[in-house]
Amino acid sequence: MFDVAAIRDQFPILKREVNGTPLVYLDNGASAQKPQVVLDRIMQAYGQDYANVHRGLHTLSTLSTEAYEGVRGKVARFLNAPSEEEIVLNSGTTEAMNMVAYSWAAPRLQPGDEIVLSVLEHHANIVPWHLLRERQGVVLKWVDCAPDGSLDPQAVIDAIGPKTKLVAVTHLSNVTGTVVDVAAISRGAREKGVPVLVDGSQGAVHMAVDVQALGCDFYAVTGHKLYGPSGSGAIWIAKERLAEMRPFMGGGDMIDTVTRDAVTYAPTPMMLEAGTPGIVSTIGFGTALDWMMDIGMDKIAAHEAGLRDYAAERLGGLNWLQLQGTAPGKAAIFSFTMAGAHAHDISTVLDRKGIAVRAGTHCAMPLMEHLGVGATCRASFGVYNTVEEVDRLVEGLELCQDLFG
Amino acid sequence: MASPAFEAVVEDFEFLGDWEERYRHVIEMGRAMDPLEDALKVPATKVQGCASQVWLVPRVDGEGPEAVYHFAGDSDAQIVRGLIAVLQALYDGQPAEAVVATDAPVQLARLGLDSHLSSQRSNGLRAMVQRIRETAAAAAAAA
Repeated sequence: MFDVAAIRDQFPILKREVNGTPLVYLDNGASAQKPQVVLDRIMQAYGQDYANVHRGLHTLSTLSTEAYEGVRGKVARFLNAPSEEEIVLNSGTTEAMNMVAYSWAAPRLQPGDEIVLSVLEHHANIVPWHLLRERQGVVLKWVDCAPDGSLDPQAVIDAIGPKTKLVAVTHLSNVTGTVVDVAAISRGAREKGVPVLVDGSQGAVHMAVDVQALGCDFYAVTGHKLYGPSGSGAIWIAKERLAEMRPFMGGGDMIDTVTRDAVTYAPTPMMLEAGTPGIVSTIGFGTALDWMMDIGMDKIAAHEAGLRDYAAERLGGLNWLQLQGTAPGKAAIFSFTMAGAHAHDISTVLDRKGIAVRAGTHCAMPLMEHLGVGATCRASFGVYNTVEEVDRLVEGLELCQDLFG
Repeated sequence: MASPAFEAVVEDFEFLGDWEERYRHVIEMGRAMDPLEDALKVPATKVQGCASQVWLVPRVDGEGPEAVYHFAGDSDAQIVRGLIAVLQALYDGQPAEAVVATDAPVQLARLGLDSHLSSQRSNGLRAMVQRIRETAAAAAAAA
């Protein structure tokens, strides 16, 4: 059974006050807080077991390497990947997207080749493709969302043409909370022989992910949004795609032999993990994944669905508030604007009431332009949020309406 | 002592209670300030480093030691507009040399605004004060 009070109790930061009132943390879309088990694991990793990984034969190096390498299996279990050999550990989705762009797409794409992406994308799944556009004339082909924020999978499939080499889509919009039907997109793309890269930064936080059922080729996740440390993350890469990857960054750990004249590379996934990695952040990330799997993704999703329904009802009842994104089945992420008040005005006043939300363009400027809004406020919920916190948010917004309306 | 206009603002704030009243007053000051014409909201007048959009249009009457500093400004955020109105009270109509010499953080602290509002980098107060001081210093130096 899911006990939100018991969950909250595991997060020391949720006991603090902000501006004299108990913290209401609704900026989970930007980064989630960390449970005690993750904090303890970090302390243990640095305090008891620390050494560099993959390098020494001494006891600490072995402990550190085993802990670090163990995370690969945890990620594989979390995403139901066929093999942990298909998991590349990294610093998060931004690195993952840049790696796929540099290591898979750049050597394969010719000028005029297309990448299909949706207008819902985060800049991390846009700018790496712009870099390829600038460097080698790759064409970005955009698919718009409906006014409610939903994305028609058929529209994405229809956008795939003979020159399309990759579809890059989010699983869940960080602005509107839209859940994208990645399975349908992958089915359609597969029929046309085009790989699908999924930005799972938000999706993996809020619902159970099964990459085999989704049928995509790449699925990237970010540790700090999954209740783990910042600077951690992973990407699952299907075996066929992994075989097509070229080295990304050069350095230690990713090589087999180096001479003055030549270099041979380590097999994947090591080939794609140059240099000393974020050892402790990755180990903490593994603990966070265990923690989530122990609770159960279905239970987390059910709890958040309750928050979503309650928040949709309460926020929807404020006729001076404009919700951006009301797609059916969306996640508990609410972006909104208020006539007369700037998003920064709202977030400043909410902060004064101890409520943390994000204000701005949410690293999704093309979507903001499509929605016709300059900036929005965003309340994004997580596993530890409560209906009482939805009420606190509504009270804070009512004060904003009083001040700015 | 700062400018008479700013001293009047300080006096108003002395009668205000909690943060909510102070915010309300800042917002009111912004509403009472003349908006900037759209034609002046251009890249050259835009202040970088602010989370919301901010424009400042300085004007200097006279030269050298006699130079008097004026500025108009605007923002699409109401609280920031209010802060611009506070800065206008502090700087507008002052000798350019006095503008350069004014310690903005010290003066703004007299309003009892919380540190969040007066020190936050992202609301652009720091960037606005820097722009004002730069343009005033340039005018004072052009003797």
